[in-house]
Amino acid sequence: MIQFLIHDKGDSVGVAVVDVKAGQSLQGRDLSSNESISAKSLADIPLGHKIALRDFKVGDTLIKYGCDIGKVVAPIRAGDHVHIHNLKTKRWA
Amino acid sequence: MATTTDRKIQAYRRENGKVGVRNHVVILPVDDISNACAESVAHQIKGTLALPHAYGRLQFGEDLDLFFRTMIGTGSNANVAAVVVIGIEPGWTKRIVDGIAKTGKPVTGFSIEGRGDIQTAAEASKKAKEYVQWATELQRTECKLSELYISVKCGESDTTTGLSSCPTVGNVIDKHCALGGYASFGETSELTGAEHIVKSKAANKEVEAKFTAMFDDYTKLVFDQRTDDLSESQPTKGNIAGGLTTIEEKALGNVEKLGKRTKFIDALKPAETPAKGPGLYFMDTSSAAAEAVTLWAASGAVIHLFPTGQGNVIGNPIEPVIKLSGNPKTCATMAEHIDLDVSAILRGEQTLDQAGDALIDMIVRTANGRLTAAEALGHREFVMTKLYRSA
Repeated sequence: MIQFLIHDKGDSVGVAVVDVKAGQSLQGRDLSSNESISAKSLADIPLGHKIALRDFKVGDTLIKYGCDIGKVVAPIRAGDHVHIHNLKTKRWA
Repeated sequence: MATTTDRKIQAYRRENGKVGVRNHVVILPVDDISNACAESVAHQIKGTLALPHAYGRLQFGEDLDLFFRTMIGTGSNANVAAVVVIGIEPGWTKRIVDGIAKTGKPVTGFSIEGRGDIQTAAEASKKAKEYVQWATELQRTECKLSELYISVKCGESDTTTGLSSCPTVGNVIDKHCALGGYASFGETSELTGAEHIVKSKAANKEVEAKFTAMFDDYTKLVFDQRTDDLSESQPTKGNIAGGLTTIEEKALGNVEKLGKRTKFIDALKPAETPAKGPGLYFMDTSSAAAEAVTLWAASGAVIHLFPTGQGNVIGNPIEPVIKLSGNPKTCATMAEHIDLDVSAILRGEQTLDQAGDALIDMIVRTANGRLTAAEALGHREFVMTKLYRSA
């Protein structure tokens, strides 16, 4: 059973496909290559929400679908929940 | 990808050769103040459908052009068998009647000034009864699935739409357009962050430039009208609850609907009918579901494919809206709104190609007469797009 998916090999976040609890060891799949990947959650992550696959510092760019989806506005550790509290659009600025 | 052969459907071939999947007799008010009379006719004559709306007075310029395009296009849609048009005065009423009459379908106009609602409704009801009895004898005939003009737009998206329901629609777009079908996508604002991908899918530089001009126009509007940014509206609160954080992320999921292989061959104004032959078209639309689907119906689209994540419930009075979702929670909690559940993709148990074929099956069943969830639930959102305030 898989708990998260990523769209593209270069993605720095995965998407939970089930509700995930903090501290879980997770199995994921890269949809572009069908390769398996693993991660460990540091926070509860609801179905559909993003999990960081590595550490980020403020100002970094997050990649999903192999593309820029915004800038990091609070430090993120691998396994953290990524959402509006630590990621913001670069548009309309 | 598996090769797909064209499917046979049972549908209505109209006087101008276009293929429709519904057989509505529409009572079309020209303007807001004619809604009461139109609804009175639709109440009197069973099997007719009134389309009340909020506009049609003192519009001008490009906004007025869009109004007439929407009115005439709605009446001309191949899902409509015949139309009774009712307006306050005869001039604009006749302009809409004449526009619809070019399709060859039965259409008659009535105006209220000098007679009042009651006499107008009485005369219009006699014509509506005649049309309904004529239309209900029309038979479905064998047509090809590729003869359908399909529109696509998602709503209340979340990250599951980008993973499952949107690429499922993209798979169908590739198959439908390869067989010579017409299709259209839009949602100008929700391409923000993925506009480079859309540009790369333009068939040539001219089409790319036409799309870019429309996208830049919209971006300028945001900068002119904004107070801060669009963060209160894009992503929506529902999008955010579903895990989408930024407009860029939302847009990248959205453009999965465009397919992998298909290029778009023109960029249409709102409610403009595709005129460059079979293929995929961009249309400059709002991303608000009811407004956008109303524009596509007015451009001639007869079936709409609507991926949803968190559960948008939209329908349209004349264009059946097929909803699909890959979010297992939404498929469970809002099952009555979902026509096709593709959540098996998220579990790794269904490929996009299999999901695409399942969606084609649902399009065929819908074309043959199965009511969509939105139709059965009575969703008839007819929402005109207005470009600026009236004179």
